[in-house]
Amino acid sequence: MSETAIQLESVRKDFGDFTALSEVSFEISDNEFFTLLGPSGCGKTTLLRLIAGFLNTTGGTIRLFGEEIEALPPNKRPINTVFQNYALFPHMTVRDNIGFGLSMLGWSRSDVATRVDEMVSMVKLDQFAERRPSQLSGGQQQRVALARAMAPKPKVLLLDEPLSALDLKLRQEMRLELKRLQNETGITFIFVTHDQEEALSMSDRIAVMSAGKVQQIGSAVDIYEFPENRFVAGFIGETNLIEAEVIDASADALTCQLVNGAVLTARSLHEITKGQKGWVSIRPERMTLSKTKPKGNSLSGTLTGATYLGTDNQYAVGLTDDLSLNVRHQNRTSVGAAMTTGEPVHISIADNAARFLVD
Amino acid sequence: MAANIGTGRAVSSTFAPLRIWLLLPGWLSIGFFLLIPVLLMLVYSFLTKEFRGGVIWEPTLAAYDQFFFDRGLFGDDPRRIEWKYISIFWRSIWQAGGATLLCLIIGFPTAFFIATRPDRTKVIWLLLVTVPYWVNLLIRTVSMKFLIRDNGPMNDFLQYIGLINEPLQLINTNIAVQIGLFYSYLPFMVLPIFAAVERYNFTLSEAASDLYADKWTILRRIVIPVVSPGIFAGCILVFVPSLGAFLAPDLLGGAKSFMIGSLIEEQFKGNIGNWPFGAASSMILLSLVLVALFFYARAQSQGERA
Amino acid sequence: MNRGVDLRRYFGFFPMTLLCLFILYAPLIIVTVYSLNDSRSITSWEGISLRWYAEIFTGPESEKFRKAAWNSLTIAVMAATTATIIATAAAIGMIRGGSFRGKSASFALISLPIMVPEIVTAVATLIFFSAIGFKLGTLSILVAHIVFCIPFAYMPINARLQGIDASYEEAAHDLYASRWQIFWHVMMPIMSPGIISGFLLAFIISLDDFIITNFVKGAGVETLPTAIFGSVKQGIKPNIMALSTLLLLLSILLVTASYFVGQRREKPVPTNQKPETEA
Repeated sequence: MSETAIQLESVRKDFGDFTALSEVSFEISDNEFFTLLGPSGCGKTTLLRLIAGFLNTTGGTIRLFGEEIEALPPNKRPINTVFQNYALFPHMTVRDNIGFGLSMLGWSRSDVATRVDEMVSMVKLDQFAERRPSQLSGGQQQRVALARAMAPKPKVLLLDEPLSALDLKLRQEMRLELKRLQNETGITFIFVTHDQEEALSMSDRIAVMSAGKVQQIGSAVDIYEFPENRFVAGFIGETNLIEAEVIDASADALTCQLVNGAVLTARSLHEITKGQKGWVSIRPERMTLSKTKPKGNSLSGTLTGATYLGTDNQYAVGLTDDLSLNVRHQNRTSVGAAMTTGEPVHISIADNAARFLVD
Repeated sequence: MAANIGTGRAVSSTFAPLRIWLLLPGWLSIGFFLLIPVLLMLVYSFLTKEFRGGVIWEPTLAAYDQFFFDRGLFGDDPRRIEWKYISIFWRSIWQAGGATLLCLIIGFPTAFFIATRPDRTKVIWLLLVTVPYWVNLLIRTVSMKFLIRDNGPMNDFLQYIGLINEPLQLINTNIAVQIGLFYSYLPFMVLPIFAAVERYNFTLSEAASDLYADKWTILRRIVIPVVSPGIFAGCILVFVPSLGAFLAPDLLGGAKSFMIGSLIEEQFKGNIGNWPFGAASSMILLSLVLVALFFYARAQSQGERA
Repeated sequence: MNRGVDLRRYFGFFPMTLLCLFILYAPLIIVTVYSLNDSRSITSWEGISLRWYAEIFTGPESEKFRKAAWNSLTIAVMAATTATIIATAAAIGMIRGGSFRGKSASFALISLPIMVPEIVTAVATLIFFSAIGFKLGTLSILVAHIVFCIPFAYMPINARLQGIDASYEEAAHDLYASRWQIFWHVMMPIMSPGIISGFLLAFIISLDDFIITNFVKGAGVETLPTAIFGSVKQGIKPNIMALSTLLLLLSILLVTASYFVGQRREKPVPTNQKPETEA
C-alpha cells in the first residue's frame, strides 16, 4: 500500500445549529482516484472545502502526508481545486490563468512560461492559449481549469463536480480524459459528484456520503455488490428492499423470513445472529421471471405491470397487496417473453444476489 | 441562505475575517461626520438661540414652541396655533406630491416604452433619459427659469403661434416650482420603473390576454400591480428630495411658494438667523422623510411577501 | 405572438416618451442656443457669437470663475477618490463578509447620506463644524463632500461585486495568492467597471453640489455652483449661460465616457455556460 496522502480524523463541521459533517474519519492514499459521492446537501462539498482550506473545521484533524494543515490558509496548502463553475479569471488569457498559481509561488517568468506550455499541450489547448475564457467552449474552459489547478504540481487535486456543467457526450469524454491525466501525473484526485455513473466509472475508491456522515467506503464493486445499508443500496443503482427477520444463521448463509412469510437465503458482510430484524435487498437485474417454479431461491406473485424501456423490460410483481418488486430483463431478442399482467409468476433469484441489511 | 449552508458555499473565507477593517472607514466617516451631527442638531433644536447665529447652552422648547404656537409679539398672549410654519410644511408636502404625480404621469409611459425596446436601442433611450440627470441641478434649474420666464422663449413661442395673447406668468408661482421639481427629479422616476418593467414577465400579459382581458385592463390589473415596487421606489425617490428642495423654490418660486428648504436656509444666513429654530425645522423635515421611508419600506416588504 | 395585439405596445406611450425627452432637453438646448447670442440682453437675438465664452475666461468675473472652477475640480477629485476607496472597502466587507450582526445597520449607515435630505445634512454639518470649532473653508467642504459621496460611489461598486462569483477569489487563494494579491490581480480588474462608475458618480455629485457647499463653505470660498448661484441671484446674464453650457458639455462628456467604459469592459464570464462550439 502506498503512502497516506490525506488523513481525516473525527472531522466535524457545524454551521450554527446545523451539523454539516460529523465524525468523518478515513484515509486517502497517494496516487488514488478517490470519489465523494452523495446527494446534494450530504456534506461532500463541505468536506472538500475543509480540505482546500476555504472552511475551518469545528473539530477533528486533517493531515496532509502526516502534517496537520488546519492552521494553513488555502494559499499555503499544496492542494489545488477545480471549481464547479471553473472560476476562470475573465480578464486573463488562458496562459495567464494557467500561470497564475506559479507566479504567485514566485516562479521566474521563463519557468512559468515553460510549465504553462507543458500544461497547455497536456490538455490539448495549444491553439487557444491566447484566448480569454469567454471565447472558449464549456469543454475547453473545463480543460483550462484542470490545467490551472495542476500546473503548480499540487500534492492533492480537488475536483468539485467539475463535469456537471457539460452535456452528456462531453461528460463521457472528459471522464476518460480525467482518468488519463490522473494516470499521467500521479496526483491524488479527490473528486466530488452526485452522479453514481461518474463515480463508478472513474474511481479507485468511493466514499458514499449522506446526512453529513460517510456511509460506506469501497471500490465500485464493493459498494454495488455489498452495500453497507439501505441508503447505499438504494443510492447506488436500483434495488428492492423487503423487511425480513433472520430465522437461521449458518457460517456462509442466512435464512430470512420475509414480511410476506416467504423464506430466502441471503448474505451479509457482518456477523448476524438468529432473530435479527432487517431488510433483504435484491437488485432488479438479478431476478428472472418464469411461469414454472424454479429451483433454489425463489418467490411467487402476480405480474401487475410491464414497461418497455428499450434495452430492458421492467416488470412489477406483486407479492402481497402492498409489497411489490421490480424485475428487469434485458431485451436480448426483439420480442419479449409473452407475459400478461394478472398472471401468476415465479421469480428466480440468482445465487448470491440477496443481501441482508441491518439498517 | 439555508440552502447554501449544506453545501458549504455560503461564506467566502477570503475576506470575511477582515470585514471589520474594511467597513471601519465607512462607519467612522459617516458616523462621525453625519450621524453625530444629526444627533447634535437634535440637541441644538432644544437650545436657546443666540442673536447673530449660534446657540446658548440653555435647554428650552422655544424652537418647537415657535414652530407650532403663536404667543403674540411679546410672548405672553394665550397660546394659539401658529399656522405660518405649518402651512409652509403643508405647501412643501403638497408641492412635492404634485411634482411626484407629474413625474409618474410622464415617467411611467416613458419607462414602459424604453423597457420594451429591443436591447440595442434600449440602451440609447436609457442614455437619453439619464444624461440630464448628470447635468448640474443648478444649471438645469436656471435653464428652466430662463425658458419659462415671463418674456422668455416659451412665452415668445406660444405667443408667436397664437396660442396665447398675454405671456403666461409662471415665474414666482407654485406651478413654476412644481415644474422645476418635476424637471429636477424626473429621471429618478423613470429608472426604477424601467428596471421593474424590464424584469416583468410578459407571459403574464399573454396569459391575461388569453383569459379575455383587453390591453388596458391588463395594464391596470396585471402590469401595474406586478411592477408596483418600482413605482413606489420612483415615487419615494422623487418625493423625498422634492420635500427638502431648495434650488427650485428659491429660483423659480416667490414669497407665496416658500418651501421648507428656504425656511431652514434663512435660519442660518447672516444675523437674522435662529439656529435652534432651523435645527427644529430640520428635525421636523427629517421626521417627515423618515415617515415616508417607513411607509415605503412597509409597502416593499408587503410586496415581497405577497 | 399575434401581430395584431402586441402586448408590449400601448397607444400613447411613444408620444409620452418623446414629450418626456422634450421636457428634459428643451431648457438645456435653449440655454445652449442663447449662450451663442451676440446680444448683451438675454431677450433679443442678435446673431451668433462666442463672445460670452471669451468673457468667461477674460471678462471681469473670470478670476472669480477660475478660482471657483479650480476649487470645484480639486474638491471633486479628492472627495471622489477618497469616497471611492472607502466605498470599495465597505462593499467588499459587506458582500464578502458573510452574515454578521449589524449588517443591516451597516448598510443603513452607509446609505444614510442618501436618505437624509440634503438641506438637513447641510444644517447638521454646519452645526457640527461650528460646535467642534472646525474652521469653515475648503477643508470643511471636502470633508462634507467625502461623506455624502460615499453611498453614491458605493452603489455601483456594490452592484458590480454582487454579480461577481466568490469562487474567483477562492480560486486565486487556492492558487497561492495572498489577500492583497487577490485584491490587486483578481478583484480590482473584475470590479473596475463598478469602481470607475462609482468614482464618476461621486465626482459628478461633488461637482454638482450646491446646498451643502453653500452651508459649510465659509466666507470667501466659492465653488462653481455657489459662484453661479450668487451671480444668478442678480439675474441671468449671458456669460452664465455660456458657463452653464460648458459645464453641461463636461457632464455629457463624462457620462458618455462612463457609458463606453461600461461597454468596453467585458462582463464576467457567466458561470456554467453551455458550449457554443467544441473544437
